[in-house]
Amino acid sequence: MSQKHSYISKVVADAHQAVEGLEDGMTVMFGGFGLCGIPENAIGAIRDKGTTNITCISNNAGVDDFGLGLLLHTRQIKKMIASYVGENDEFERQMLSGELEVDLVPQGTLAERCRAAGAGIPAFFTPAGYGTEVAEGKEVREFDGKPHILEHAFDAPFAFVKAWKGDKAGNLVFKGTARNFNPMMAMAGKITVAEVEELVEVGELDPNTVHVPGIFVQRIFQGTDYEKRIEQRTVRAKAE
Amino acid sequence: MGLSKDQIAQRIAQELRDGWYVNLGIGIPTLVANHIPKGINVEFQSENGILGMGAFPFEGEEDADLINAGKQTITALPGASFFSSELSFAMIRGQHVQLTVLGAMEVSDSGDIANWKIPGKMVKGMGGAMDLVASAENIIVAMQHTNRKGESKLLPSCSLPLTGVGCVKRIVTDLAVLEVDSERGFVLIERAPGVTVEEIQEKTAGRLIVEGDVPEMKL
Repeated sequence: MSQKHSYISKVVADAHQAVEGLEDGMTVMFGGFGLCGIPENAIGAIRDKGTTNITCISNNAGVDDFGLGLLLHTRQIKKMIASYVGENDEFERQMLSGELEVDLVPQGTLAERCRAAGAGIPAFFTPAGYGTEVAEGKEVREFDGKPHILEHAFDAPFAFVKAWKGDKAGNLVFKGTARNFNPMMAMAGKITVAEVEELVEVGELDPNTVHVPGIFVQRIFQGTDYEKRIEQRTVRAKAE
Repeated sequence: MGLSKDQIAQRIAQELRDGWYVNLGIGIPTLVANHIPKGINVEFQSENGILGMGAFPFEGEEDADLINAGKQTITALPGASFFSSELSFAMIRGQHVQLTVLGAMEVSDSGDIANWKIPGKMVKGMGGAMDLVASAENIIVAMQHTNRKGESKLLPSCSLPLTGVGCVKRIVTDLAVLEVDSERGFVLIERAPGVTVEEIQEKTAGRLIVEGDVPEMKL
């Protein structure tokens, strides 16, 4: 069999083109853990676009002036689904005043609800949260004598993820702990938009090293001006 | 005089066994990494996606793409690996991580733990704590025996919203090492140097089981 060099190009020009079709009131996933591995360019483009009433699924909510904090500042977020939101004063203000809805989800459950969404699994049982307020209203079932609660897959029309490198076919490679929620959110999004620090030609990535196959990515673009802010700079002295 | 935070961590480090994968929470648990006994090889997992977590980087060598679950800059040791959040929690739920050490606001004498929410205060979220406590084979709680008001944190039942039920196996406080027997209550295993059984009894609101002579901890 002979096949010409062919691939399905996922490339869009920039972040603004990448957010086309995003509408008010949509549920949107954002990759990242803290400020590590967040889609900085897409967040900026959504701010510029002015999309409102967004339901965000993201492990965290950014800090006051960076990450999803930027969209909180402009009141574009209606609801936040996250596992930990303790790093953001504006978030706290909006939550306490009732402007912002918040749904707190155990971190592993959050990850698995994304994975399940992308893997065609409508729901699953997990022991996390059994006996706590997280379990309220949820079906409980025992397996091997241990109680588990039923959790459902998310449904997200858009997912925004950030990778270190990607090729024009949408294959992604991550660096360090910036991988975090990005792969399973890429799987889950009906339209997954990947921004990368380095967009390369097809064939330049070793297939053995691809973390997310391009099938999960609908749009990819070369990001610009990455700030990659560090939330907690901890160091040790060289004398040690 | 009870133990310092660092001494609590030192005592917990004695529980480490060769070949274990260990998840350390924020606060006192993090200090356990500084006291690994000689001859014991363990690997630290951080739930944001690393096994083989090393020390903080040298100044100027911080990498924004290399942090722990507390969002602190870290290093990766030789043999380390990076992975996604779903794989990280597969390790945790699947009991591939042998030990979880975490802090707590309250623990009940049947092993319930509360450590994520105080009614009336800003809720920050449970992060990975509920997944960790629901699944870990061994959970050691590192905490002060009493809160800032001097009230016992070892209770007949937790008053704060729970993180998990019947999951805590061992507790190391500034005053004592205790084991949780879900039927009988807190079993006193060791006392901090110079701390009497009476003082521990006085500061433990839940059921306390004292059997025979309770030895002092060796640090």
